[in-house]
Amino acid sequence: MKERLVQLEVLRYNPDTDTTAHFQRYEVSCPEEGVVLDALNKIKETIDPTLNYRWSCHMAVCGSCGMMINGEPKLSCHAFLREYDGVIRVEPLAHFPVERDLVTAPDDFIEKLKRVKPYLIPKAPKPISEGEYLQTPAQLKKYHRFTLCINCMLCYAACPEYGLTPKFIGPAAISLAHRYNLDSRDGGRDARQEVIASKEGVWECTFVGACSEVCPVHVDPASALQQVKIASSIDWIKEHLLPGGGK
Amino acid sequence: MAKSNKPIIWFPFAAGGTVIAFFIPVIVLLTFLAALGHVPTGLSYDSMRAFAGSGLGKLLIFGVIALSLWSSAHRLRCTCYDFGVRADKLVANVLYLAAGAGIIATAVYLLRI
Amino acid sequence: MSKPLIREVPPTSWYFRHPRYLRYMAREITSLFIGAYCVFLVFAMHSLAAGPSSYEAFLLTLRSPASIAFHVLALVAALYHAATWFNATQKAMPIQLGEEFVPGNLISGAHYLAWAVLSIAILFLAGVF
Repeated sequence: MKERLVQLEVLRYNPDTDTTAHFQRYEVSCPEEGVVLDALNKIKETIDPTLNYRWSCHMAVCGSCGMMINGEPKLSCHAFLREYDGVIRVEPLAHFPVERDLVTAPDDFIEKLKRVKPYLIPKAPKPISEGEYLQTPAQLKKYHRFTLCINCMLCYAACPEYGLTPKFIGPAAISLAHRYNLDSRDGGRDARQEVIASKEGVWECTFVGACSEVCPVHVDPASALQQVKIASSIDWIKEHLLPGGGK
Repeated sequence: MAKSNKPIIWFPFAAGGTVIAFFIPVIVLLTFLAALGHVPTGLSYDSMRAFAGSGLGKLLIFGVIALSLWSSAHRLRCTCYDFGVRADKLVANVLYLAAGAGIIATAVYLLRI
Repeated sequence: MSKPLIREVPPTSWYFRHPRYLRYMAREITSLFIGAYCVFLVFAMHSLAAGPSSYEAFLLTLRSPASIAFHVLALVAALYHAATWFNATQKAMPIQLGEEFVPGNLISGAHYLAWAVLSIAILFLAGVF
């Protein structure tokens, strides 16, 4: 295998001793077809065992190795070294508190994810003896794209509105709420709307579109959020302008 | 947490964005031609007067100006926030009131024709 | 207990961090020129309502260099707005026919086509051709 010398500039932060972060330069030899995560692993194994970062699957499925690579939110297991020239700058995901080096605290996202009730809420309880909830392929396809989210939080790191207004529920959580709202088996939309059609919900989105550009699994959160805006506007018109609240 | 009343602002914004996309480029082109000294016959006093004198003409002119004004005002509000102006309430009030004044003025002028 | 590091977003200069943010800001700034142009249209309606001499005077003021420069800016802004808006339609209003979604470019393309037809029709009705 052909090797290549890779230079990385990695953001370091030790919460026990540092008050600010600084960049540290590393130089390692990596296979040419490798990814940034390979380079980080090589550094940790051969140069600096104190370097901290999260990763698990190394195949763009688990969503745990998100980082800023040359300013772009990326899964480091999916950032191919051959696509970069010169020094590669690696930083923790933007907009999240840095716990140590490249490790960020995802608590805010997890809390928001819970708030949008990302699970099926059946319209009416149904005993198992009555059989499964059936769904046609068309009904599945309607929301399928939005099921692909791996909770990697790259969209939050890309979204300037989340950076400027941290209360914003944000792209992935609202897209996931939309995924369940679109599901023919679900009856939980009213409960979710209370969260995602609130001031901190979809209305903080100004359709920058960055979330969709960085999503590694092409969920297209920007699309979901615009659809939620239109649906929420139609709700509002029904509730306020039609007799009987549109019920 | 309660549902927001933002649709009152956003729905006309979205409608206005569509109106701007479809109508404003060609309208700018027409007045641009006039600015260059080639006034299109449709922009002469008599044609404009006849167009704005009809009910349909009034409605079209009012719809385009009112929705485009509102849409621009709302987007400008968001832009101010994006540029770091944090007095969002003040910015919103000023811009929406200005758009409202423009919309009312347009209605008054059209009714005089 | 160790303290996590909060890296603040610079509120007045964040859009320099990535070209996609600059493109977004360019789209948002079109509203300044389009808004100004709408105000100009309100004044146009004012002079139209005020009678022929006032309207003729309005047409004459249009010919100043400042007005020509303003029109160039407004035209660029309006075209950029239109392009970004039509490109966005496929995101905001996807259409599912049977099982499959209609290709997004078809939705945006239909908007561009309708736009071209409408614009040519308006130019024709205004006597440009």
